[in-house]
Amino acid sequence: MTETPLIGGAFQAPVDSRLAGARIGVVTFPGTLDDRDAVRAVRLSGATAVELWHADTALADVDAVIIPGGFSYGDYLRAGAISRFAPLMAQIIDAANSDAKLPVLGICNGFQILTEAHLLPGSMIKNDHLKFLCRDQVLRVENNATAWTNAYAAGQDITVPLKNQDGQYIADEKTLDALEAEGRVAFRYVGRNPNGSRRNIAGISNAAGNVVGLMPHPEHAVETGYGPAHTGTDGLGFITSVLNTLLGDK
Amino acid sequence: MSEIATDPAKKFNIDTVETAAATPEVELPWAELGLKQNEFDDVVKVLGRRPTAAELAMYSVMWSEHCSYKSSKNHLRQFGAKVTEEMKKDMLVGIGENAGVTNLGDGWAVTFKIESHNSPSMIEPYQGAATGIGGIVRDIISMGARPVAVMDPLRFGAIDHPDTARVMHGAVAGIGGYGNSLGLPNIGGEMVFDSVYQGNPLVNALAVGVMRHEDIRLANASGKGNKVVLFGARTGGDGIGGASILSSESFDDTKPSKRPAVQVGDPFAEKVLIECCLELFKGSLVEGIQDLGAAGISCATSELASNGDGGMEVELTSVLLRDPSLTPGEILMSESQERMMAVVSPANVAAFEAVMDKWAVEYSWLGEVTDTGRLIIKWDGAVIVDVDPRTVAHDGPVYDRPYARPEWQDALQADTFTGSVHDGGRPSSADELKAAVLELIASPNMCSKDWITNQYDRYVGGNTAMAFPDDSGVIRVDEETGLGVALATDANGRYTFLDPYHGAQLALSEAYRNVATSGAIPMAVSDCLNFGSPEDPDVMWQLAEAIRGLSDACMVLGIPVTGGNVSLYNQTGSTPIHPTPVVAVLGKFDDVARRTPSGWAEDGQAIYLLGTTANDMDGSEWANLRGHLGGLPPAVNLERERELGEILINASRDGMIDSAHDLSEGGLAAALVESALRFNTGARVALDEVAARDGVDTFTLLFSETQGRAIVAVPRSEEVRFNDMCTARRFPVSRIGVVDAAGGALDLQGLFTAPLSELREAHEETLPKYFG
Repeated sequence: MTETPLIGGAFQAPVDSRLAGARIGVVTFPGTLDDRDAVRAVRLSGATAVELWHADTALADVDAVIIPGGFSYGDYLRAGAISRFAPLMAQIIDAANSDAKLPVLGICNGFQILTEAHLLPGSMIKNDHLKFLCRDQVLRVENNATAWTNAYAAGQDITVPLKNQDGQYIADEKTLDALEAEGRVAFRYVGRNPNGSRRNIAGISNAAGNVVGLMPHPEHAVETGYGPAHTGTDGLGFITSVLNTLLGDK
Repeated sequence: MSEIATDPAKKFNIDTVETAAATPEVELPWAELGLKQNEFDDVVKVLGRRPTAAELAMYSVMWSEHCSYKSSKNHLRQFGAKVTEEMKKDMLVGIGENAGVTNLGDGWAVTFKIESHNSPSMIEPYQGAATGIGGIVRDIISMGARPVAVMDPLRFGAIDHPDTARVMHGAVAGIGGYGNSLGLPNIGGEMVFDSVYQGNPLVNALAVGVMRHEDIRLANASGKGNKVVLFGARTGGDGIGGASILSSESFDDTKPSKRPAVQVGDPFAEKVLIECCLELFKGSLVEGIQDLGAAGISCATSELASNGDGGMEVELTSVLLRDPSLTPGEILMSESQERMMAVVSPANVAAFEAVMDKWAVEYSWLGEVTDTGRLIIKWDGAVIVDVDPRTVAHDGPVYDRPYARPEWQDALQADTFTGSVHDGGRPSSADELKAAVLELIASPNMCSKDWITNQYDRYVGGNTAMAFPDDSGVIRVDEETGLGVALATDANGRYTFLDPYHGAQLALSEAYRNVATSGAIPMAVSDCLNFGSPEDPDVMWQLAEAIRGLSDACMVLGIPVTGGNVSLYNQTGSTPIHPTPVVAVLGKFDDVARRTPSGWAEDGQAIYLLGTTANDMDGSEWANLRGHLGGLPPAVNLERERELGEILINASRDGMIDSAHDLSEGGLAAALVESALRFNTGARVALDEVAARDGVDTFTLLFSETQGRAIVAVPRSEEVRFNDMCTARRFPVSRIGVVDAAGGALDLQGLFTAPLSELREAHEETLPKYFG
């Protein structure tokens, strides 16, 4: 549960004491890859990143949780199927479903874990073209009323990296219709559908709006020069959104 | 830890040292294991008796070409000899360790290395390429570094040959499947199609890692009583004899299938192993560490022991096995992946075990360091190996293979492209030149490589400042200061075939130029020398010349070779591949924010061409497209490269240029199109003045591959300063155009206008057309 970066010296964003008081947990499973990136995204936004270990049995007083991308347990079984049973996941599931409505964001493998944990409906299968695909992807923010999207305008287009092998979102028609009807489609792919996802769905939320999952990677678009060309920082809005939620600004 | 209940002593007829001494007459299968008669005789002489089966297994793998460099060692010495004090200044660890280490300043160090995984990738492309990544990454971890990026130079057969798709799909998916699962961005590489690689594709893998100076670890076993531990994946039957049999002989149809000799990778196990090792380093819990690659436990025990100050004694039945039927010799030779061996002081044993348990990594204590100077390996208490570890690891055979300039070399060099039948109908009209540009950028070697690189994660880690298709991959090392590194790999097999000495220098020139083009200061070199059979005097001459050329050029450019790898026997029957010395150059940025991308972005910036153009069509991509290979490659001018590098580095540091792209394969035509397509920004370009200055026709200006050239985009406000800098250095420079964001086209004035959409379609459709 250290709070020092694993590469480079400690970076300090301009400190707003209210922001620094927000503790955002980032979960590491064996095989998680994008945990450092998620920690950096939190740090750059001025909040405090708390590294959480899958085997922990308590949530360490965090105010929100990010389950980052990677290949937890190698994804040799269905992606996320083993991680869903980690001790910490039981805590996260309880807290997300409790009255406190812990904000939870699942990115890529994190999204897959959230569907396996039944916090979000549907599932991901192999991309329709059967290859890993890494590219800059335009997404449309369909619902800006969730804990993780309120800093965006409804209908706004953002560019963040997409990179996955099993990114094709599927659910039965009834579930898809319900997601649409309840406004729970949080993001849709703009332009060519990169993986065959049903109804171009890139991300969804739960009914309460505190749990959001998406396949693309906002944590890779938080710093000028290290994300998609030219734009680069569209992903920071996810953290800004949850800070708005935590600080009661929205 | 061992869960194997059977009594190991009963499983096999164990050939102990005692038995061996008493039964000198026993026939051993040394030839099947790849040893030659004189080598086997040497083993007997060293031991003073016949080797045991286990000792024979160890010597056969460690004395193989792959592990011992027996054919190239005498030549490779030049990399260590041709080094000035100035070049040693930043070298913290030189050749000979798992990977060299270079000082980056501010207490940071960087380690990088390139290796081949060619033969396994021919047999089983996915696993061969995947485990190539795995092996090179473990080399980097072994130095105490956190791996931060990988790159892959690839060479496959003809794009339209049916077998190429098998190798291409497998190797690219394997590199992606393994590398992506490790969380290492893939930041560049190369892709060349040529029928000379049909039976011998080249799959090279580079990894780079960073560490603080105090974290540098070396592979040695010191301190009597320290414990020896094997951890990571279990030892299985995969890869047995891979090093000795596979990599050291040519393929032919008369031998049985070698599929079982290819290793199978488990990237998840490797990812966990990386994190686990970094935690061990952080807690200073290991005294020495070594990865298990080629020759497995044979290599790890003999290298750790001989690099240390004493001996080592281990119990082989303590090794955790996937397959309990393995014999001691097989266990010693197994190349199962994702394994490491470490030396741990007794005081740290408990802490070591705690880290293993945290990451759920299996481990077993095999024995301890001794002061006897002997490597003793026991099987259930009986001594099956008793050797001086140096004789296994370092004192293998060294050959002065005969070599001679091939008889056909003169005729080859006399057969120049210009004026040949292949040069008939050379494009000259505007329409012909446009068609030629489109043909070039759609050709297999010059087309967009997005089909490949889109299968690799270039973002993970959040420190990738540039990646393919920019000239170098750039990685930030220190988030606070922006300290970072640039890496480029290059080789041109055709150039090297025409002239091995200069061809190797041209590979270095291009990699050096690519690093400087991105704005980084070149610091160090790693090379992967891919050649045919050293038993062929022609090939041996190519190898000797390439090493001589490369080491001479490193001296001139002042950057040392810190490590690398030699891959021989890359041939099918008696036909070798083109000699392909892949050269990786590492450069340094004080602040990666100053990096220079390869594409135009800002409307109105002036485009300058640095350097002059001569008629260098021999060995060029254009000649290749016309089916011609002969003549002499472009002239090497290292002084010119250094001057160009200084201009590009200074211009980047002082903010004088916003884009830079080097001219290499495909010449100016390829560079202009790539700069335009990078950020979808066109330009108006006029070539008459430069063509007149250099005394070449427009075709030659566009397609010649003269070295020491680059194009840059200069903001209007910086033009005077930029011109002054070039003039002061007497470096030829010419303003050839202006970036035109609104035009949406590459407009070669007086010749033709090509809409970017047309160029993009031609450039990007080739690989999907062949590979789906």
